[in-house]
Amino acid sequence: MTFDAIDMAGNKARGKRPTFFKDTDTDRLLSILMALAGELAVARERIDTLERLLEARNLLKQTDIEGYVPDTTAARERGLWHQEFIARILRVVQQEIEQFDEDREAQQQARRENVSASTELEELIEELASS
Amino acid sequence: MANTDRQVPPAWNAVGRHGVFPEANHDEIARFNFLTNLNMHLASRVLPGVRKAYDKRIEGTTAPSSRREVGELLRREPLYQLWSSLRRNTMEMRQQNSRAMVFRQLPDLIEKARQLNDGHDNLQMNPAVEIPRYVSAVDTHCMPGSYHTEYCDDDVAAGANYDSGIFVTTAGMLGRYSDGGGQALVEWLREEAKSGYRPKRILDIGCTVGHNIVPLAQAFPDTEILAIDVSAPVLRYAHARARSLGIDNITFRQENAESIAAEDGSFDLIITCMFLHETSNLALPRILAETHRLLANGGKVVHIEQPQFTPDMPPYEQFMRDWDTRNNNEPFWGTLHDLDLFEAMAQAGFARENITTRNLFAVVDETLFPSAAKAAADSEDYGRKPAWHTYIASK
Repeated sequence: MTFDAIDMAGNKARGKRPTFFKDTDTDRLLSILMALAGELAVARERIDTLERLLEARNLLKQTDIEGYVPDTTAARERGLWHQEFIARILRVVQQEIEQFDEDREAQQQARRENVSASTELEELIEELASS
Repeated sequence: MANTDRQVPPAWNAVGRHGVFPEANHDEIARFNFLTNLNMHLASRVLPGVRKAYDKRIEGTTAPSSRREVGELLRREPLYQLWSSLRRNTMEMRQQNSRAMVFRQLPDLIEKARQLNDGHDNLQMNPAVEIPRYVSAVDTHCMPGSYHTEYCDDDVAAGANYDSGIFVTTAGMLGRYSDGGGQALVEWLREEAKSGYRPKRILDIGCTVGHNIVPLAQAFPDTEILAIDVSAPVLRYAHARARSLGIDNITFRQENAESIAAEDGSFDLIITCMFLHETSNLALPRILAETHRLLANGGKVVHIEQPQFTPDMPPYEQFMRDWDTRNNNEPFWGTLHDLDLFEAMAQAGFARENITTRNLFAVVDETLFPSAAKAAADSEDYGRKPAWHTYIASK
């Protein structure tokens, strides 16, 4: 008897899956987001278990964690960690802002070289293929 | 302290273990804990917001007069969309999480069940039993493979999956062994015993993993109990589960509820527990007719179900209670709640004056589950709350 427990766990239930949002992409994204939120909760619970076990074995007190003050080096490293973490989560916003610059540059180039100002990939593929 | 009034569901660790219960590791338990709390959050924090959004939408206009009209309004309401999507996701995630746990240890579970089941004639399988369309057409509760699919010989996966995950769906409010419904029946029977009603032979129709019938077997060890279901994997699991809990007065038999192999008047008590809504318009009268045929004179039939929809029930409540019909794979849920069950039971042969209804609340160990008692009193989750209507017919 061989099973792929990972695939089988995720099997679809028979019966068409309902969607709730105007755009079904939102339904899909929310499913992924909630799965991620669940896994984050699992990781937090595991850390909590660790802290409690360490305390029970007198290796650490949870008050030590609450009272911990980072020194300058640690504070800088943590700050950078936070910044990277936030940048990862908000990548899509960063890229949306960068698109403004890309559009402006494309327009300038279009004026200079008499080419399409579009940065739509489909149009670019067509343009490249026909030029 | 600021948070003392917050209801906190029991950690999944409190779930009752028995000889065939899947073993959970740390992260699997944490996944269940997250989902349990998410379910509670959706019911207590988000769902009231859906009501507010609805009230705002109907402000100054004519209030919808039917649940269909409520649905048309709400389907465009972002908060309702979000609540629905999250609720559907908790069901799908609950299935994925418990299936992941069950399938990784399935050979062990099958072996444990085999050791508990082999050589005992209280488990009576019949592969000739056909799975009715109301079981096979869609997978109930978004449970892939539903109750009946067998992935290998002697499979018990569907039972293990159902048994381990129901705690999450109900936020632990059915108690350690998810048997709060059965425990409530025991309490009812003790009351009835005072006036002389002491059933000697009991039939449980649509027993799944036997969680509702085991408390009766424990409380009344001298009763003879037959528990039937069409689905093989849940029955194998149910028998092993009951045996490991020290029960030997239940016979689990694979059988279709529409035609039960037993003589007329064989039982003094016949129960169904959250089962009728999982059948169909064609099957229901046949099943009710069987209960009438099989009931001894002086006996009682008890159906534990959701409340009927009546014209008095506000359209908003009807719509919310109907949510599971389309969104949680419960296709007969809404139809049943619109049916006049009194009339259906009367057509099955019961005298109208011998049919009554009463409320029933899950009975759980409140030291382990202090939130359950509180929730039963002050929250509404339109179908998930551990409180039901019972329909009782005497013959």
